[in-house]
Formats: sequence, C-alpha cells, structure tokens
Amino acid sequence: MGKVEGHDLEELNSHVRTCIAIFVGLLALTMITVSVSYLDLPVPAAISLALCIALVKGSMVVSIFMHLVSEKEIIFWSLSLTVIFFIFLMAIPVITQEDIIKQTIEVRH
Amino acid sequence: MSGVEIPYVSSPRPDTGLVNAKLGIWLFLASEVMLFGGLFSAYVLLRVGADVWPEGSTILNVPLATLNTVVLISSSITMVLAWASLVRLDFNKYRLYNYGTLLCGAIFLVIKYIEYSSKFHHGLYPSESTFMAIYFTLTGLHGIHVIGGMLVLSYLCWPGSKMWKTEPIRFTGRVEVAGLFWHLVDLVWIFLFPVLYLM
Repeated sequence: MGKVEGHDLEELNSHVRTCIAIFVGLLALTMITVSVSYLDLPVPAAISLALCIALVKGSMVVSIFMHLVSEKEIIFWSLSLTVIFFIFLMAIPVITQEDIIKQTIEVRH
Repeated sequence: MSGVEIPYVSSPRPDTGLVNAKLGIWLFLASEVMLFGGLFSAYVLLRVGADVWPEGSTILNVPLATLNTVVLISSSITMVLAWASLVRLDFNKYRLYNYGTLLCGAIFLVIKYIEYSSKFHHGLYPSESTFMAIYFTLTGLHGIHVIGGMLVLSYLCWPGSKMWKTEPIRFTGRVEVAGLFWHLVDLVWIFLFPVLYLM
C-alpha cells in the first residue's frame, strides 16, 4: 500500500486505532451523561458531574481527533492565549455577581 | 503575466514547522472558541441572574438530542477515516467516508429541524423566555457551523477533489484542516448538549 509523502504508515494505523477507541469511549461517556441526568442529584452536583464528563469528552476530541498531542509548539502558545481569554470570559459572570452596591447613601432633603 | 506561487502550501515553513493552512485553521478555531465562549458566558450570566430557570429536559427533547450527539461523534470518526484513506492513497475510500460524514451532518440537521418545528408548533419561540432565546441562539449558531462544514466537505468531495490528481499532498492538507473545523463543531456540541438539555 502506498502513502502520501511525509506520513509514517505504521504511525497512521496506530492513530486510526486510537481514534476508534476514542469514538467508543465518547459514545460510552454520552450514555453515562444521559443516565446520570436521570438520577435526580442535587443541582450543583448534577451540573458539576455533567461538566466534568463534557470536559473529559472535549479533551479526548481535541487531543486525539484533532491530534493536538502531536502538534507543534507554536499552536500550543496560540491556544494557551485563547485558554486565558476563555477563562476570563467565564469569570465575567462571577465578577458580575460581586458587583453590587454595598454602601447606602443618605439623602438629605 | 506569470502567477506568483504561494510558498508553504504543501511543505512546512522552516520557522514554525507548519504549512500555512495548519497555522491558519488553528488561529481561526481559536477565534471560534472565543465566539462560542462569549455566548456560553452570556448563558451563565443569564442563568445565575434569573429568579427561575427551567430544567432543559422538561422543555427540550433529550432522546433526540442524545441521538444527535451520537450522530455527530460518528461523523468525527468518518472524518478521521476519510483523511487516513487519503494518506494511504485510497481516494475511493476517502470519498466513501466523506459521504458518511456528509450523511451524518444531514441527519443532524434533519433532527434539529424536527426539534425546532416541535418548539414552534407549541408556541415556543425565542421571544418566549430567556431560556428559549439562548437555546435558539446557541443551537442556531452551531447549526450554521454544521452547514458551513458540510459546504466545505461537499466542495472537497466533488469540484475541489480535482486537486488530488495534480497536488495530492496539498489536497490531503486541505482535508485535514477541514476535518479540524468539523471536530470543533463536534466539540461545541459536546458542551451544548449537557448545558442546554440536561441541566
């Protein structure tokens, strides 16, 4: 079997096998997410669990399907900036919760 | 007039070690993360600020959304297999797997259409509540991305595939970057599904 220049066939076959394993893992985690939602857990616990599973699934897609694990350094640097700004975006609602009027102003007539 | 050849479309740049398209798509994906990040942030802000927030599963169709999750994950694996087929110089298999990805994209949109129709039928429009507004905004934007991805994949399946005969390395690179975009679409849905439907 031939191959496009610049690719190692053995490495490619191994990558494809890993992707298929990840695919099965993603399906299993999807079923777990749905099953957990029917457990009637307290809202904070249910949200935390669902987001943790989504984070695991997301990491699997980014690292293996998008082969970020084997990417060049420049991509990591670009994405680390994105991650910092993304965290800041997610922090905005929390900061907003703290932005309340704490002092009462006495109005004199 | 002779055309100027664009460098590093097939071979990597010596300084970055990447072809132009690879670096370009990752920068684009970073901007996409910020686009959806802004909307996710808006969702959190609206949710924590609301007196009452409905549980998604009481309004939305969880079984259909679960099916859509399975369909999108399946489309990601067919996308990987399509790219791998090109690396193995098997164009026919590439086309077959690309059809699979396109089919999954089409099934996803049909299911979304059924969901939207059901909501409209029950009078649940974006103006109904804050929840419905953010639901339609997030899923609508995601749906537009699915359509955009399908257009690119269709181009690479039919008219754009002529490049395979003349520049196979460049064409394989194009399929790879299109695949990266498609995986991002899958990634966004992985977060949208629990956030909107299960919480």
